[in-house]
Amino acid sequence: MEDIGNLTLAAALKGLRAREFSAVELVRELAGAVTRRDDALGAYLFFDTDAIVQQAAASDQARAAGIDKPLLGVPLAVKDIINVMGEPCSCASKQLAGYTALYDATVAGKLRAAGAVFAGRTNMDEFAMGSSTENSAVKLTRNPHDSERVPGGSSGGSAAAVAGGIAVAALGTDTGGSIRQPASFCGCVGVKPSYGRVSRYGVTAFASSLDQVGPLTKTVEDAALLLRELAGFDRHDGTTLQCDVPDYTAFLNEDLKGLRIGLPQEYFIDGSDPEVMSQIKQAIERCAAAGAEIVELSLPHTEYAIAVYYILATAEASANLARFDGVRYGHRTANPETVFDLYAQSRAEGFGTEVKRRIILGTYVLSSGYYDAYYGRALKARTLIRNDFAKAFESCDVLLTPVAPTPAYRIGERTQDPLKMYLGDVFTVPASLAGICGIALPCGKTESGLPVGLQVLGPAFGEERIFKAAAAMERVFKV
Amino acid sequence: MSDFLVTIGLETHVHLKTRTKMFCGCKLEFGTEPNTHVCPVCLGYPGALPVMNGEAIRLTVTAGLMLGCEINRFSTFDRKNYFYPDMSKNYQISQQAKPLCLGGGIQIETPQGVKLVRINHIHQEEDAGKIIHYARYSGVDFNRCGTPLMEIVSEPDLSTPDEAMAYLQSLRQILVYAGVSDCNLEEGNMRSDVNVSVRPVGQTELGTRTEIKNMNTFKGIYAALEYEIERQLAVVRKGGVITQETRRWDADIGETQSMRSKENAHDYRYFPEPDLVPVILSEEQIAQWRTALPELPSARRVRMMEGYGIPEYDAGVLADEKQNADFFEACAKISGEGKLVSNWFMTDVMAIMNETGKSITESTLTPESLAELITLVTDGTINGSTAKELLPELFEKGGTPGTMVEERGLAQVSDSGEIDWFIVEVFSANEKSVNDYLAGKKAAAGFLVGQVMKLSKGKADPKLVNSMIARKLAEMN
Repeated sequence: MEDIGNLTLAAALKGLRAREFSAVELVRELAGAVTRRDDALGAYLFFDTDAIVQQAAASDQARAAGIDKPLLGVPLAVKDIINVMGEPCSCASKQLAGYTALYDATVAGKLRAAGAVFAGRTNMDEFAMGSSTENSAVKLTRNPHDSERVPGGSSGGSAAAVAGGIAVAALGTDTGGSIRQPASFCGCVGVKPSYGRVSRYGVTAFASSLDQVGPLTKTVEDAALLLRELAGFDRHDGTTLQCDVPDYTAFLNEDLKGLRIGLPQEYFIDGSDPEVMSQIKQAIERCAAAGAEIVELSLPHTEYAIAVYYILATAEASANLARFDGVRYGHRTANPETVFDLYAQSRAEGFGTEVKRRIILGTYVLSSGYYDAYYGRALKARTLIRNDFAKAFESCDVLLTPVAPTPAYRIGERTQDPLKMYLGDVFTVPASLAGICGIALPCGKTESGLPVGLQVLGPAFGEERIFKAAAAMERVFKV
Repeated sequence: MSDFLVTIGLETHVHLKTRTKMFCGCKLEFGTEPNTHVCPVCLGYPGALPVMNGEAIRLTVTAGLMLGCEINRFSTFDRKNYFYPDMSKNYQISQQAKPLCLGGGIQIETPQGVKLVRINHIHQEEDAGKIIHYARYSGVDFNRCGTPLMEIVSEPDLSTPDEAMAYLQSLRQILVYAGVSDCNLEEGNMRSDVNVSVRPVGQTELGTRTEIKNMNTFKGIYAALEYEIERQLAVVRKGGVITQETRRWDADIGETQSMRSKENAHDYRYFPEPDLVPVILSEEQIAQWRTALPELPSARRVRMMEGYGIPEYDAGVLADEKQNADFFEACAKISGEGKLVSNWFMTDVMAIMNETGKSITESTLTPESLAELITLVTDGTINGSTAKELLPELFEKGGTPGTMVEERGLAQVSDSGEIDWFIVEVFSANEKSVNDYLAGKKAAAGFLVGQVMKLSKGKADPKLVNSMIARKLAEMN
């Protein structure tokens, strides 16, 4: 077996199918790596080797019986916000400490049917609220390239596990950049599918109109393989679209010739880290050299995106998190005097600072007398942002932007300044608001060796375009 | 009260008659063990999402069409946020900005004539669970949580408790007719919030209103309205001011009590429900539902009068309850004797319904069995009293009248030879009565007839017995 640290999902599948190694051998190797390296990295919240080996053994038996499935025997790390029946699902919150999922999320069911092995639950910002995984109520996750730096977030555990070589591939969720930004910080590939492409059923909700599940992987090909299994209509999620899922792996062998790459000027203004911008510019030059046509254009309402996002996402979160009240499950305060006490104390004790901040913010923007000024206007601005993208895709095939204005920052650097933390989402949030798809892939490193990612955005349900572009770029950048 | 005007508006919550809940596949069943009809969706577990029950939409639109509402082609759902243990998500999925039905109204009869009570809108929402209080703790039963409801909001067009009753009764009748709801008051299928205010005659602006919440009996609503109107009038007449507030009806004490004032009113923080896409209804869809509408009770009354030749009064009583009218029509069609069927149903069947407290659909009596019973009487196989004796059994246990008559030998004795024997026996045993008659006491004949009937165990044809005794006595005279 190739070093487990570099083993891609495609290579794992190939090896399993060729009987070069068994799934049990694979997960034992993986478990060994986790034991050796996760104490330092802190990517996993839960990794039950015995249970994982059992699943692997079952898949080996299936294979021995002549059965093959798209992901048979492949171990996948899962962000601790996606319900997998019988496994913990704490959302890295004290509120759900010890909570066991009662049912499979639709994506979990699909992966189960595809033969995947659920291999560990990854750390995250509590309820996916944050950009550094520092809001986890359980533990700190470190960036595999510099242990003093954050892995990004909120899917920081998944990104760190993949980039750190202790997961073959992982699932994350992206509400305003929570897959793409940690992928960029850790130097791996991350896809935020179009809104409605992947079912949200069984994914603990943060902001319902924005949340999407997506893959974090070592290569573009792996992301395509994984998304092909995740995507599709789900009768349990009324917001999924009833349309065919293309075989994304069919778009991976094209080149950049003639591809019209749009550069939105609002993403290239001063204020971003110069090293990041220089890496992005070099990447653009290499794309142009490989035959891509560069189109400069404008997304004029970009400046409103952060404000709009933090109004809409917090408003939805304030309602979505209301169910954590100590009545039916989760943390319940000891000896409450009244029902109000039960709510107030259970929630005060169970939620962390950032979650409380967002619940309060979301409650405020929906309050009587403020709705029109905040939520109402944010909805209108969201439409303008969506229209910006629709117009942009009339003159280009994909957009290319930085993922984040900076590389991974130091642990603790931004925890005292939430606004600064929010501003780090400036390049990922607009696509989330527009419901379009995006992929983050590594394009270079800073002088000190921190990964820099670029983002390729495509129109809603145009995932094949971003896979085509990203796969070609991946080859161009490696040369 | 003549110097003051009363204004009443009603918000009526009606359970929709769907098989499953509004957003999940849990079955709707009343009176089951607590928390046996629940799932991650209706319990508000992490990650669960609502999926719209299309039947609930159809039923609400059907109600809207029956009530003359305009149907919104584009309708959306909103979240209504408040914390309460019976609301698993701590928000209720409801409709605020774009409800399914707008406008419409109900005509009611008042002493001043027919009056139109306008409807403001009908929206759809989910019901909450039920809290059960024990001595030292409380529990929540989520079986009801997620039951589809529609809320019918009237304009403040009602002026008396009687008008409110007429409105509710008419509303209930229409909804049951439409098959939209069972409107079973005991099961809480139909609950109303009442808004009421008073103002001096001559004042155009409405007085400050109070709202009495969540009443599920018509009697309670009537009593609460009477009480609240008197309370408000007493306050205003003393020069006092009505506070805008929510009140609660305490049926045991017979008074309304303040729950919370306007200042403490909930801020529900409505916003569009992101988990549900808008409901878009095509013209074709609405047209299709419109053609499936049942006729209104008033139209049915007229049709039944003309079609079956029954009096207006009978038609009215039968049309009042859809199930009664359905039964009557089915039975009348089989028997071909509309008037007779109506007589039997209105007197004997309804008497048994009253006695047993069972509705016609809860009984085992079928249109076929009642029609057969009536035929057995008209063709003289059995007499009326035998039929009346069989009816309760048919109602409670079922059966075929013809078989019952045959098996139990209940057929009427119309054989004059057999009756002759009975008369001879009775005459010889009751010589005194025979002599009394012959001496001029004509009433003695009735006694003799009774004795013959008794001897025949009620099976003798009473008409035949009458004429034969009369002839025999005349012969003896």
